[in-house]
Amino acid sequence: MKFKAIIHIMPRPEILDPQGKATLHGLHNLGFSQVEQVRIGKQVEITVEADDAESARASLEEACRKLLANPVIEQFRFELTEA
Amino acid sequence: MSDSMKFGVITFPGSNCDQDLIYALGHNLGKEVVKLWHKDHDLQGCDFIFLPGGFSYGDYLRSGAIARFSPIMDEVAAHAKKGGYVMGICNGFQMLTEAGLLPGALLHNTSMNFICKNVYLKPVSKSALLTKDLEDRAYKVPIAHGEGNYYCLPDELKALEDNDQVLFHYCDENGNVTEAANPNGAMHNIAGVTNATKNVFGMMPHPERAADALLGNLDGKAILEMIG
Repeated sequence: MKFKAIIHIMPRPEILDPQGKATLHGLHNLGFSQVEQVRIGKQVEITVEADDAESARASLEEACRKLLANPVIEQFRFELTEA
Repeated sequence: MSDSMKFGVITFPGSNCDQDLIYALGHNLGKEVVKLWHKDHDLQGCDFIFLPGGFSYGDYLRSGAIARFSPIMDEVAAHAKKGGYVMGICNGFQMLTEAGLLPGALLHNTSMNFICKNVYLKPVSKSALLTKDLEDRAYKVPIAHGEGNYYCLPDELKALEDNDQVLFHYCDENGNVTEAANPNGAMHNIAGVTNATKNVFGMMPHPERAADALLGNLDGKAILEMIG
């Protein structure tokens, strides 16, 4: 079976995100003064072949832990759908 | 260290300081140095392995994240585990943290700018080979990075400091470790660290770029001299 995963990777909450901070300033300069916080992460879309959703989930977890996210500074979650 | 130490410098796709390092080690320090290729599984009998600066794999995903899975990294990890010396400079430091051979991670500079300039470093560790015999003064060494903001968890930071694993602090010209002298937002002004067994070293500044008299600064050479 083919599955599609959308993986969201975000800097851990305790980590300062200078990219988000710079973007927040940009938004304020544009007049979006109501914007309070900006955090910037990554979205990774993956198509994976697996026997079932459970094994797709297991291999994606491992891929995220080993390469796609750095657990020291990032956290991740993903949504899995049948492709 | 004995004069018979053999040095190896690994070239990854996108490395750009490998030749500088080979020149500094071979020409400026007169050491035996060989080029290693990231796809090989052979350290060619080297005692001391260098991971050079650059932009391996275009810094895609995260700096060093893809290079750390290069074939030769299995041998580098095994070499480090046996107590062999490994040192990463700039992108090489990022690879070593990604590989878990050094604690922590390198975040974007807080300014969000790529910073290329001379900074001053104060040697810290009195037990690590790289720094224990350096003078108690500010060493002038260039940095060139966008992601050099050292970060680790509070427990790890405490362990690093308790175990004398911090190699260098960013400081001012007079050796004062101040916030103004911190170029990238690194925790506690940390510019380089070593592992618990003190055989793996990582630093963001480039000593190999300050190792030739023609460049007008030999402070980097003084640092590299410590390792062999």
